[in-house]
Amino acid sequence: MIRLFLRDLTLAVRAGGGFGLGLAFFLIVTVLVPFGVGPESATLRVIAPGILWVGALLACLLSLDRIFQLDYEDGSLDLLATAPIPLEAVVAMKAAAHWMTTGLPLVLAAPALGVLLNLEGAGYGWLVASLALGTPALSMIGAFGAALTVGLKRGGLLLSLLVLPLYVPTLIFGAEVVRRGAAGLAVETPLILLAAITLGTVALLPFAAAAALRVNLR
Amino acid sequence: MSIWEYANPVKFIATSDKVLPWVAGLAALALAGGLIWGFFFTPEDYRQGSTVKIFYLHVPAAMMAINAWAMMLVASLIWIVRRHHVSALAAKAAAPVGVTFTLIALVTGAIWGQPMWGTWWAWDPRLTSFLILFLFYLGYMALWQAIENPDTAADLTAVLCLVGSVFAILSRYAVNFWNQGLHQGASLSMDAEENVADVFWYPALVAIVGFVLLFVALVLLRTQTEIRRRRLHTLEMRERMG
Repeated sequence: MIRLFLRDLTLAVRAGGGFGLGLAFFLIVTVLVPFGVGPESATLRVIAPGILWVGALLACLLSLDRIFQLDYEDGSLDLLATAPIPLEAVVAMKAAAHWMTTGLPLVLAAPALGVLLNLEGAGYGWLVASLALGTPALSMIGAFGAALTVGLKRGGLLLSLLVLPLYVPTLIFGAEVVRRGAAGLAVETPLILLAAITLGTVALLPFAAAAALRVNLR
Repeated sequence: MSIWEYANPVKFIATSDKVLPWVAGLAALALAGGLIWGFFFTPEDYRQGSTVKIFYLHVPAAMMAINAWAMMLVASLIWIVRRHHVSALAAKAAAPVGVTFTLIALVTGAIWGQPMWGTWWAWDPRLTSFLILFLFYLGYMALWQAIENPDTAADLTAVLCLVGSVFAILSRYAVNFWNQGLHQGASLSMDAEENVADVFWYPALVAIVGFVLLFVALVLLRTQTEIRRRRLHTLEMRERMG
């Protein structure tokens, strides 16, 4: 399992394209927003938590189809399915690798982009905390969506239509943490609920994703 | 005689052929009755005036929009557990009906909201969760369309329906947390003390029965269509092979 995790990591880093692309996309989305809504720092300060979360979510979405697609095409997914480790574990490891290469860089880059959007000083810690807690859920839900659409030729658009509605609760609680944190309010409730969503998805969705993969590999 | 006999498509079509005219006729009767009663023979609300009439369309459509998803959930479970094809096809058949009801509820709500709340749309929990439900329906239908192999499509959409249901409920309560709303609370509950007045309630009840029957009729008809389409597909394949 750890080998599989490391293999996915090295593939993502060395094969080019996927790694860093999400980060660049996150940067571009955040840079585009002030052009759209105007440069007033008061406006930007208000919308910064939501923009940063939506940007992170879209950046995460961008690289989802890579989770299984390449392995499906060259047949290694069939080998993984017949390997002695359960398919659920394979899914979880692949989601973890996706998180390491997409979610974690987003978490680390988010404060810098918060500066661009004039985020309130108290919000930075909560921004990092909420993204660190929430992005694993994004990767796991995304892995489920990718497992559903892996057999399709042009699954990209469909994948976003399937996955984005599933992201709603995570987005709500994640952005709420930052908003409350920036305003100096208590953040425990949304933070706990966000953690609950992450733990719940990480615990249960590998089974659904593995079921979908088995159907697609039939 | 058990319900599982209807897993046989021939049996299903034979029985639903017999039932369908009755259900459709009753649906038309109840719908016409409820709506005409509601529109022309009920008093106007003392504060809302005649805009209250849209209630007879809005509430039943909204109820059935949720119930259609619940029916798809049950049908998907039956497909996963017992692998009855009719069940999977019924779930497929219900989705476009459900999405239409969702759209009706959203549109009539907007038309009602404009004079009453002074806005077509507000990010109220109920409104928002209906919009999310609409997106879930779209995704579900898109997945059915995208996959060619019917069994694969049935399996994957069933899994999506199960996971989607959990997330739909999660979203429902998440948006509750996120914003407090304009929409009124439940006013048709059996156990609540304050409910809609009886003059409005009885025609609404007839209209709700009409919508339920309409849903059943449409799903039966669409399931028949799906079965026949599947059969046609098989015949075509056989032709090509031979």
